[in-house]
Amino acid sequence: MNDLKPFLERSLRSLPVSPLAVLLVIILLIGVMMSFYTIPAESEGIVLRFGKYIEKVPSGLHAKLPFGIDNVISVPTQRQQKLEFGFATPGFTNPDQISDAPILEKSMVTGDLNSALVEWIVQYRITDPEKYLFDVRNPGQTLRDLSEAVMREVVGDRTVDEIITIGRQEIEDTALERTRELADRYRLGVSINQVQLKNVNPPLPVQPSFNEVNRAQQDRENVINLANGEYNKAVPRARGEADQKIRAAEGYRFKRINEAEGDVSAFNQVLKQYIKAPEVTRTRIYLETLGDVLPQARQQIIVDDTIQQILPMLPLPSKALEEPK
Amino acid sequence: MSLSKKSGLLIGALAIVLYLSTYTVNQAEQVIITQFGRPLGDPITSPGLHFKMPFVQQVNSFDKRYLAWDGPMVEMSTKDKTYVQVDTFARWRITDPMRYYLRLRDERSAQSRLEDILGSETRTAIARHELIEVVRTTKDRQPLQDESLTGHLTGEGTLGVLRPIHVGRVAIEKDVFDAAAPKLAEFGIELLDVRFKRINYNQQVLERIYQRMISERLQIAQRFRSEGEGEAARINGNKERDLNQIESTAYKQVQEIQGEADAKATEIYALAYAQNAESAAFYKFLKSMETYRKVINADATLVLSTNSELFALLKRVEQKNH
Repeated sequence: MNDLKPFLERSLRSLPVSPLAVLLVIILLIGVMMSFYTIPAESEGIVLRFGKYIEKVPSGLHAKLPFGIDNVISVPTQRQQKLEFGFATPGFTNPDQISDAPILEKSMVTGDLNSALVEWIVQYRITDPEKYLFDVRNPGQTLRDLSEAVMREVVGDRTVDEIITIGRQEIEDTALERTRELADRYRLGVSINQVQLKNVNPPLPVQPSFNEVNRAQQDRENVINLANGEYNKAVPRARGEADQKIRAAEGYRFKRINEAEGDVSAFNQVLKQYIKAPEVTRTRIYLETLGDVLPQARQQIIVDDTIQQILPMLPLPSKALEEPK
Repeated sequence: MSLSKKSGLLIGALAIVLYLSTYTVNQAEQVIITQFGRPLGDPITSPGLHFKMPFVQQVNSFDKRYLAWDGPMVEMSTKDKTYVQVDTFARWRITDPMRYYLRLRDERSAQSRLEDILGSETRTAIARHELIEVVRTTKDRQPLQDESLTGHLTGEGTLGVLRPIHVGRVAIEKDVFDAAAPKLAEFGIELLDVRFKRINYNQQVLERIYQRMISERLQIAQRFRSEGEGEAARINGNKERDLNQIESTAYKQVQEIQGEADAKATEIYALAYAQNAESAAFYKFLKSMETYRKVINADATLVLSTNSELFALLKRVEQKNH
């Protein structure tokens, strides 16, 4: 200590300038260094002088007054930010993105007094950094709170089936509109781009019964398909067979008529000749026929009508005798 | 002491006094100056650099922004004796900092006062209404129906049906707001909004709700199966009907065609054979001949009279012999 003091005094005295000047130069240097700042590309800077808002600057290199006279807050106005409800994706940068109680968040009561688990996200962008910073304390948490209230309000007006299956789009649209309305009223300075439903499920103990409904639906389709199969197996064939019968009948008609016409035409030809000499023709045909026919019969008995005493004895064919009448 | 050292000290002291007599008001703040604990003048709301008397005057700053009140999850009973857990939140701000400072002094006591007032108003509002009133909002909303679930057999049960309400969630929230806002105005607080964040069943109620949901779903499943069997039976019936229809129509057509054919043939024959007496006689004769050919075969025994045409000549010879 004793050695150091005289050494310092000596060295100060040996300097060409006074120590006060050195101090001033150092302070000046620090001041210059503090006067420059950069705003990142996706952000805008809000400049406060003694706590009072004076201007908004775009991204890039800027100058300000040093020593805490000017303060700059950079707000990521170009970045799309996301809030997650009912679940949490790790690796987030926005501290408002997740909550510490996702299980409580997703459990909801529906309009038919059922219960459902709803997960969703809200995407937003800070569009008015002045409002975002100076009108609401904790704007991120406020947006979370009102998104939750809105989603429950919308879900509370819908049946469990609407929420799980058919009404999803409509719920997103209504929730988006409602959230925008409230964000305006709360002067959050953000614009809500999207409300999107993620997993929406019935509560865990109820899920098997929901699956059972799906299975029953499949069973129904299956039974109906089988019955339709039976129908399709039988009916087209029957149609074909019916057509077959009709075609055959039509064939019969042709045959019948053609034959009739043929017969008639043959008859007419013969008739023409017959008329020329009826008696001769008649006899000829008669004798010809008998000549053909008689030899084929097993037995011919010729009886004279005029002989009445003799009863002609007819030897009946053995076949006729065997068969009792 | 040298002169430069004296002046240096003086400058230093002046700087400290100057520093103590200035203060900044942030864009988001408002300030009340107190002198020995007694507030002085109007609150300062314009942001920027301000001056005060050093040592004797104190700066008390309050937030100008909307502030949060997030109520705890409280179990309460609705009018229909259902126990639900209600989580409420509100947003408020200090509009009269003087009154706020005098009555509450700091934000912690403000929060506890908000808790008292909003908590009890919420409880009152919930107890005055049935659960469904707190859950639903729009009175005459018609839910979308899932055709595949409700099918054509609606009517029974509560499936896909919203229970009717008379008041609704938003109106009840407004009741709470209307009741609490004037009470909070006393404290220099403006209430922006009160909302139910979460309303959930308590655990025992939840068990019963699950049971009901399960039975509701199983009932749908049973209906599906029954619908399937019914539809299958209908298809089988259709099959029977269509088969009979097809077959009988075909039979009918076949009969008609055949009948027509026979009629036509008969007409053709009749026209030809019945031209005149000669043709009729000739036809009869030809037909008889044809019939002989068919009837007389190897089994036939013929008894022929000598009177017949075949033997007519034979007889004539006999008579000549007499």
